[in-house]
Amino acid sequence: MISKFFGALTLAALALGTTQASGQNATSTLKKIAETGSITLSVRDNQLPFSYIDDNQKVMGYSLDLCNQVVGAIKIAVGLKAIDVKTQLVTAQTRIPLLANGTVDLDCSSVTNNAARQQQVAFSNTTFLTATTFAYKKQSGLKTITDLKGKTVVSIAGTNNIVQLNEANTKRDLGIRIVGAKTMAEAFLMLSTDRAVALVTDDILLASFIAASADADAYAISTDAFAPVEPYGLVMRRDDPEFKRVVDKALANYFATPAAIETYNKWFMKPIPPKNITLNFPMSAGLKKAFAKPTDSIDPAAY
Amino acid sequence: MNYNWNWRVLFEQSPTGEGSYLHLLLTGMQWTLATTGLVCVLAVLLGTAVGVARTLPFAAVRIAGRCYVEIFRNIPLIVQLFLWYFVLPELLPPDLARWVKQLPSASFWAAVIGIGLYMSARVAEQVRSGIESLPSGQSMAAKAVGFTIFQMYRHVLLPRAYRVIWPTLTTDLTNTVKATSVALTIGLSELTAQANAMQEFSFQVFEAFSAALAIYFVVNMAMLMAMRRVERYIAMPGYSGGR
Repeated sequence: MISKFFGALTLAALALGTTQASGQNATSTLKKIAETGSITLSVRDNQLPFSYIDDNQKVMGYSLDLCNQVVGAIKIAVGLKAIDVKTQLVTAQTRIPLLANGTVDLDCSSVTNNAARQQQVAFSNTTFLTATTFAYKKQSGLKTITDLKGKTVVSIAGTNNIVQLNEANTKRDLGIRIVGAKTMAEAFLMLSTDRAVALVTDDILLASFIAASADADAYAISTDAFAPVEPYGLVMRRDDPEFKRVVDKALANYFATPAAIETYNKWFMKPIPPKNITLNFPMSAGLKKAFAKPTDSIDPAAY
Repeated sequence: MNYNWNWRVLFEQSPTGEGSYLHLLLTGMQWTLATTGLVCVLAVLLGTAVGVARTLPFAAVRIAGRCYVEIFRNIPLIVQLFLWYFVLPELLPPDLARWVKQLPSASFWAAVIGIGLYMSARVAEQVRSGIESLPSGQSMAAKAVGFTIFQMYRHVLLPRAYRVIWPTLTTDLTNTVKATSVALTIGLSELTAQANAMQEFSFQVFEAFSAALAIYFVVNMAMLMAMRRVERYIAMPGYSGGR
């Protein structure tokens, strides 16, 4: 009886898989936007300064500003005077299903572009570059990755960062005790309560949590990186080259204007809501290059 | 739906370098099973003690038992885990706190204690109702033949109570398996956490969670069948399920 049931379950799953696969290419995002007169952007509530919610429940951020530029270009591409722009709050778990089933058309948060993920979604031109570094308390005197030898270090479970930390740990035989926290907030709590001496994740994420903490001066970010830079991009459905072309072109056009640098500085160099903290995160040489010559490459050498 | 189904992803190498994604999920299952096992031991031991306390002829003990049950039963599990994991160490002396916080499997032990106490409150209620469901003649007869209170519970009331509540204990066992997934919030890499990690790395969301679902299903079915077998063996004639 049990084996029969599993047989049926497998069959159902396979059937689901094949029908969905054959249904691909059916949606053209531009056509859909033209027909409905609306576009839905997916946003996150806690990815400061890319996509987050302030005290007035208003979604804002660097990625959202870029998306608004893209929406302007889409408007022209589909020949509409106005498009209704909707936002949909998503989490790491709901982002892909909602994009796949057409609820969301463009993801405006901060998503690392890599080969594995390109099997499932398409990425726009690179909008930001990040490196895996670690934050530490200045008084602990840790500066380089080697200083972490034998210590307890926290990272966020299920991220590329913890993988890179694992790799460095084995390769350099550091004997680091690695703890995985579920969210960045928990990970930072572990660092601030001395549960871990260092927190390994994207440098920009570290900068934002340090800037927001009660004693920002007590923390520092290492200059030593675990891996080469990783590009962030806006995320779209795969197999829709027409839509990707419009998005990429819109970003490329915008990056060529001084307004793009201003937008960068607005979010990374100046006080931002809700607490008026300043990230102090100057534009890296790699990103300057990516603005001058827009690319969606995942090769670190491209930046 | 524009989704690229790829079941073979389960056999692809995960970026953790420890093996395939399926291997990742199975190591998650091991943590789920280890947590469930220890939680059950803790829950049954403490639950029995508290359940007995709630039926003893001493008012103070009964009230203490009641307080225990209401506290652990009424605070959401996720809040309890946060209290055990993040708040408790802050109340300890600094050196001890640092030692506790940097324990290699701190999140595992916090999960065992947190979920164990939560489930123990539920087991306690069942033990209590199991004891109360027995005819009062049982305890009277035990007293009449000169049993002490300990002997009365040990030889008369508890063995019978457990046979009565076994089916509902089975439900709690499967609930425990599911409750362990809450431990991902304190960093335990159990099955749900690993499914999360898999979808974050590969973006194959549906494959990751379908596989986790299948594993949970198999684990729970196996436990249910084992419990049913025991249930048939211990069922009392004249009671529900008995012949």
